[in-house]
Amino acid sequence: MSAGPEAWAGRRLGAGPGGDDEPGAAFRVVGKALPRVDGVQKVTGATIYADDIELPGMLACVLLRSPHPHARIRSVDATAARSLPGVTAVLTSEDLPIRFGPLPISQDEEVLASAKVRYVGDPVAAVAARDEPTARAACKLIEVDYEVLATVGSIEEALEVPVDEPIHGDTEIGNIHRFVALEFGDVDEGFALADHVREDVLFYEGSNHLAMEEHSATAVFAGDQLTLWSSTQAPHNVHRVLSKVLELPMGHVRVVATPHGGGFGGKVDPFAHEVAVAKLAMVTGRPVKCTLTREEVFYNHRGRHPVLMWVRTGATRDGKITAMHFRTALDGGAYASLGVATTHYTGALQTATYAIPAYRFEGARVFTNKATCGPKRGHGVPQPRFGLEIHLDKLADDLAIDPVVLRQQNFVKPYTRTVNGLRITSSGLEEVTEKVVAASAFRRRPRPVGHGQGFAVSAYLCGAGFPMYLNRMPHSEVNLKVDRGGVTVFCGATDIGQGSDTVLATLVAEELGLARGDVRVVTADTGLTPVDLGSYSSRVTFMAGNAAIDAARKMRAILVDAVASRGGQPGAAVRVGDGGIGEVSFEEAVALAEEARGTISTSGSYAPPKGISGRFRGSGVGPSPAFTFTAAVVDLDADPLTGEVRVNKVFVAHDIGRILNPVLVRGQVDGSVYMALGEALMEEQSYRKGLHHHPSVLEYKTPLALDMPAIETILVETIDPEGPYGAKEVGQGPMLPVVPAVVSAIHDALGVWIDEVPVTPDKVLRALDQRAKGGEGRVGPRRFPDIPYPPCTKVSPDAATASL
Amino acid sequence: MSPPGSSRVVRLSVNGEPRETIVAENETLLEVLRERLRLTGTKHGCELGECGACTVLVDGDQKLSCLLLATEVEGAAIVTVEGLASGPDLHPLQDAFMELGASQCGYCTAGMLMSAKALLDENDEPTEGEIRDALSGNVCRCTGYASIVDAVGVAAARLRGER
Repeated sequence: MSAGPEAWAGRRLGAGPGGDDEPGAAFRVVGKALPRVDGVQKVTGATIYADDIELPGMLACVLLRSPHPHARIRSVDATAARSLPGVTAVLTSEDLPIRFGPLPISQDEEVLASAKVRYVGDPVAAVAARDEPTARAACKLIEVDYEVLATVGSIEEALEVPVDEPIHGDTEIGNIHRFVALEFGDVDEGFALADHVREDVLFYEGSNHLAMEEHSATAVFAGDQLTLWSSTQAPHNVHRVLSKVLELPMGHVRVVATPHGGGFGGKVDPFAHEVAVAKLAMVTGRPVKCTLTREEVFYNHRGRHPVLMWVRTGATRDGKITAMHFRTALDGGAYASLGVATTHYTGALQTATYAIPAYRFEGARVFTNKATCGPKRGHGVPQPRFGLEIHLDKLADDLAIDPVVLRQQNFVKPYTRTVNGLRITSSGLEEVTEKVVAASAFRRRPRPVGHGQGFAVSAYLCGAGFPMYLNRMPHSEVNLKVDRGGVTVFCGATDIGQGSDTVLATLVAEELGLARGDVRVVTADTGLTPVDLGSYSSRVTFMAGNAAIDAARKMRAILVDAVASRGGQPGAAVRVGDGGIGEVSFEEAVALAEEARGTISTSGSYAPPKGISGRFRGSGVGPSPAFTFTAAVVDLDADPLTGEVRVNKVFVAHDIGRILNPVLVRGQVDGSVYMALGEALMEEQSYRKGLHHHPSVLEYKTPLALDMPAIETILVETIDPEGPYGAKEVGQGPMLPVVPAVVSAIHDALGVWIDEVPVTPDKVLRALDQRAKGGEGRVGPRRFPDIPYPPCTKVSPDAATASL
Repeated sequence: MSPPGSSRVVRLSVNGEPRETIVAENETLLEVLRERLRLTGTKHGCELGECGACTVLVDGDQKLSCLLLATEVEGAAIVTVEGLASGPDLHPLQDAFMELGASQCGYCTAGMLMSAKALLDENDEPTEGEIRDALSGNVCRCTGYASIVDAVGVAAARLRGER
């Protein structure tokens, strides 16, 4: 069912400055190719990152980590370490008995392990010493008596029952952490209506974020106030965890997110080292810093979940999908992290691009003795998107339908509800598809052996519709201070390099008619700035952006009113812009307002509108106030002799809502394509018997400058009715279609299907060899394991679309 | 050779300033720059010579400061990212990086700039391939390298007096 934007929009902000709804509203700052607000500091080396902090009397903290993937701790003896000269304190589990985790339902982590270690790298003790070498020497003196347990190393091993020694006690069954089982519409009936049914099994390997900056945190405890500086993407999460584990009131804890050396999801979770330095600062009365080594970052991980997938789709002869059944099995590693959300995400967004009338999703996340998986760019969505798009290519082949046409026939229309209750509003899905197909000449491509093109589409969130912990407060809050000292925006949002500080300054400058340089930004400091939930799920532009516009519009009204009252004219007659309010300069307007009202500050906030999801258990993961849509074509050469793949060009068309700053947008699209190519062709966080294969930058292969192809980006502005001036996200969506498009292009080039990523040359050669011997020419998982999913919760169409 | 852990005085020229500092025999140039001289613009991403974040110029050559002992570069002229600009005037590479968005999180930027500077000092009209080759030891996870390669090309053109 389709209705107009009016029937669907939540709080409409108006697409232009001051709430002006003119389609052609003139912007002064928005849309301009201005450098980022912190540009000079970043190119001169002046930016102070977490590990650049040096405080008088500071101690260095090193964590002693488990060398075993799975072991019982019989005892920990730190006597010798404590008496080493230069050592100030050693903490073990009894100093920090309270568990934590990023979600209320996942409080399964200890700062320092008490009874058991569950992966190589699990922290056991924390040392504070005068310098790092002394702290490392002290770690070597700590005697831990381990009883080594059997390692659970894969999804298959984790599914084995009975289990002698489950990794965790509180699970669904054995080592199965969490099940999701949902059914929307009548799936059996849908399959009965199909002329053709196809099944595929696919696998997506895990990968690390490999942010260039290793995690680092520094704590100071003075009086009864704790301050922590950390390279975190979500200072609010860390704030809550410190308060809980250290039993300090929230008001006695301040968390400052330092300028970020890259996040990509790897710094969303609260970490043991952050709590350890805080406790050590409390114990020693001195500043304490902990900076992880690169190897430790690989163990800290929280990266992409390896996901095994099975998908079954029914379609009519002419390519209309009648039903889909999607199963996933996620290798979660040692702890829960955000894995419950990840599991839901592996099933939630298939319906955001294709109108699937009946849909069943069964997901299971298992615990293994490996570094914990969590959120990485695209959080749980790249894996099923890869599986779905490859599956649809094969379905199109079966039905002898053009793969683009097959998809177009099933596209979700704008302003509709999906069968699983997602509210879809603005959508450029049709347009991005047409444009990317035209730009890449996909339909007219020459098809010599070894050259191929692949096509895929995707959808992504503009922020999670629900917070990580249940509450009805805003997701983002902004305070705006305007006085004779200037204009300052305060917001908890965290700039992780994506440019969110720049977005905040841009929006406020636009509303107040100022140059962007006239707006100062203070962010990500829980002691100074109001709450923003963090930089994850591509939420900051949409949510913090709307909060900033809300605050700025209130400020604009105050200034207009002050000028209008003085001149005895109606406010509507007062023009804002070019550094002036009506007839007076901005500074004079501020003085008038201050004279009339005293201190002038305004606040803005944003919460997603109600009714963007269905009403059923599990409906909290997937909904978003808006979705972006992306289409990609990858053009490549694949060498049948060596199996090597050379990507020539990637065409990406992305529905961005509105471009707020083309420089930042380009950065996000290029970076997304880059990360997708890494995951499609090289990156793997893989293990042998619980040991990481290659925890180093050299051996963990990523694309370098010489590997990157040309990228042609096409941006489609759909002007979302609820986005800040119509803007939507760009940080994650453009990554999603690129991975399947690579695999599809390899099939186009060589006629073999590699149903698992990364596609390394050996897999290509194996598939070619197999085909030469009369086989099917496919490399990928053979079967999907038997998983004891519980019966599906059947969600009626009414419940799926009922507003909360 | 002195025993490990023993210290001595090392003289360096850093960004044109003579510096004299006590260093341990096993201390790397990276550690001395960051921790002794407090020039934290130079970054570490691995301390194993694998990521390029710590790239500096040593007597004009592109070097990984995490793989050099400070005692090995006694008397050398070191240039770090802090030495690129002339007072408030940014180097054309810095300007171009900023304008084109070649620095996102900014953590690889110092190393990228120094690798690019070493290239342009030798080759004032590099091809795109030569730029990519010169930067192939510097890992960046944000940009996909595209805007960085463009920025180096733009800076080279400006240094030649074009554009």
